[in-house]
Amino acid sequence: MKLMDPSKMQARMHRRIYQNNILKYIFLLATLFGLVVLATLIIRVLNDGLGWIDFNFLTGRLSNDAERAGIMGAILGTFWLMVVVAPVTLIVGIGTAIFLELYLKKGKAQSFIQTNISNLAGVPSIVYGILGLTIFVRLMDMGNIVLAGGLTLSLLVLPIIIVAAQEAIRAVPSFLTEASYGMGATKWQTIKNIILPAALPGMLTGAILALSRAIGETAPLTVIGIPALIIPFPSGITDKFTALPMQIYYWTLDSSLVAEYANLAAATIVVLLLLLFILNSTAIFIRNKFQQRY
Amino acid sequence: MSISFVTETPKKELPSIHEANKQSNQVVFDTKQLNLWYGDTHALKEVDLLIYEKEITAIIGPSGCGKSTYLKTLNRMVELVPTVKISGNITYKNKDILDRSFKVEELRTLVGMVFQKPNPFPKSIYDNVAYGAKIHGIRNKKILDEIVERSLKGAALWDEVKDRLKENAYGLSGGQQQRLCIARTLAIEPDVILMDEPTSALDPISTSKIEELIQTLKKDYSIIIVTHNMQQAARISDRTAFFLNGEVVEYDKTEKLFSNPNDKRTEDYITGRFG
Repeated sequence: MKLMDPSKMQARMHRRIYQNNILKYIFLLATLFGLVVLATLIIRVLNDGLGWIDFNFLTGRLSNDAERAGIMGAILGTFWLMVVVAPVTLIVGIGTAIFLELYLKKGKAQSFIQTNISNLAGVPSIVYGILGLTIFVRLMDMGNIVLAGGLTLSLLVLPIIIVAAQEAIRAVPSFLTEASYGMGATKWQTIKNIILPAALPGMLTGAILALSRAIGETAPLTVIGIPALIIPFPSGITDKFTALPMQIYYWTLDSSLVAEYANLAAATIVVLLLLLFILNSTAIFIRNKFQQRY
Repeated sequence: MSISFVTETPKKELPSIHEANKQSNQVVFDTKQLNLWYGDTHALKEVDLLIYEKEITAIIGPSGCGKSTYLKTLNRMVELVPTVKISGNITYKNKDILDRSFKVEELRTLVGMVFQKPNPFPKSIYDNVAYGAKIHGIRNKKILDEIVERSLKGAALWDEVKDRLKENAYGLSGGQQQRLCIARTLAIEPDVILMDEPTSALDPISTSKIEELIQTLKKDYSIIIVTHNMQQAARISDRTAFFLNGEVVEYDKTEKLFSNPNDKRTEDYITGRFG
């Protein structure tokens, strides 16, 4: 005797297939929501800003006169910020990840630190700005120079890099590390020869994504007091500076006074987006090119 | 004539299993009352075993009986499991290997290991074999070349790979990869080779090649092999230990253990009544 009645199954069949089709469209809608908003943003920004991007805009100095204003100062500011953020986060982030994953014994201390790092990744960026203001700008008396801004942004993205590097380390198969230990290699030799080469693509991908997050951050820089108008170009990490997102912020803020500032902001957004696009593509390229297969 | 006044220290009474296995070959590993826990799980119980030099010792038993755990205790790889606790004694040529002063790096150079699944590094064939020598500080290219050639010959792989030493090891077949792993172990010039089910991931032809190789390696190395395959143990080993639930049920010469086991449980296992 069959336990499943074929006629009832037949009756339900229609509904099941209908449900299947409906859900497909619901998921499609969910995807479209993000895509449409993003497309609108890009079209508007290109529309407003593209006409303003020319040689003078990219290489010129800041000016109150919208027609003559350029963003070279902000580009250089962002560049010098990265000169601080990239090495600090890479060295400290990967070092922390190696310690947490490979040296620290699993236990209460380890899970306490781990939970805190995960929580730190979710702390609003403005809080890091206040931290940077207190420690670097005031306590260490740096003032609002590139170094202070870079260290603040480093703190902000450090949890992201640590977590990415930890995941990359965890993804190294244990049979490789066992083979190394099994031949009498020390822990450091195993890390250097086996774990790091295998984990590096993942670590770099995480690091680049974190950098692109740092490039776009505005709130912490506003808090540490990056001024609106800096005429001289920064030429090192001890100079005062402005950065691309700061420039966007101030021009948008003042667009009620000078309408053209809105176009300048849009043009700067295009430059910033292009920069982020290049960084993210590099990350994907590194991941695909250097990922080892076992 | 000189008379020496050396007082003989009375020898500690050895368990009977040690008596039964006394013979001319030197002992490499002497295990006494070894107990091992993973957290609360008692994985090895009062294990007493003597492993002899230049012999092939097979360890058989059903899954989870502790045979791999015992093997990994001999080069302290078991310590990679954080919750592990060990009591008892294992001496390697009269040196206590469980003593903290015995450096694991030194032990693992004397006691090499081949794993269940071929696990070459994602590096070239050459770099795989040279790895051990390099971590022990050998930088001279000529010496490294010689070590690589000799080890690959020792693992019966040289003729198959001599023209592509710079190619990635993952281009080799499974059986070749496992022989590469054996070559990699030979390169650190160990005294003992531990093999943890080295053929369980291989096809029958590769398996028989590895078995042949193990037989020839016996001339120069003491080999301890964990195997699921009782025919394999019977074919290649000199002695066999039968583990069950973390205990050594029986340990004897292989022909004796397979033809005329002392213990009913051994008989049941080797005749395929369980396991």
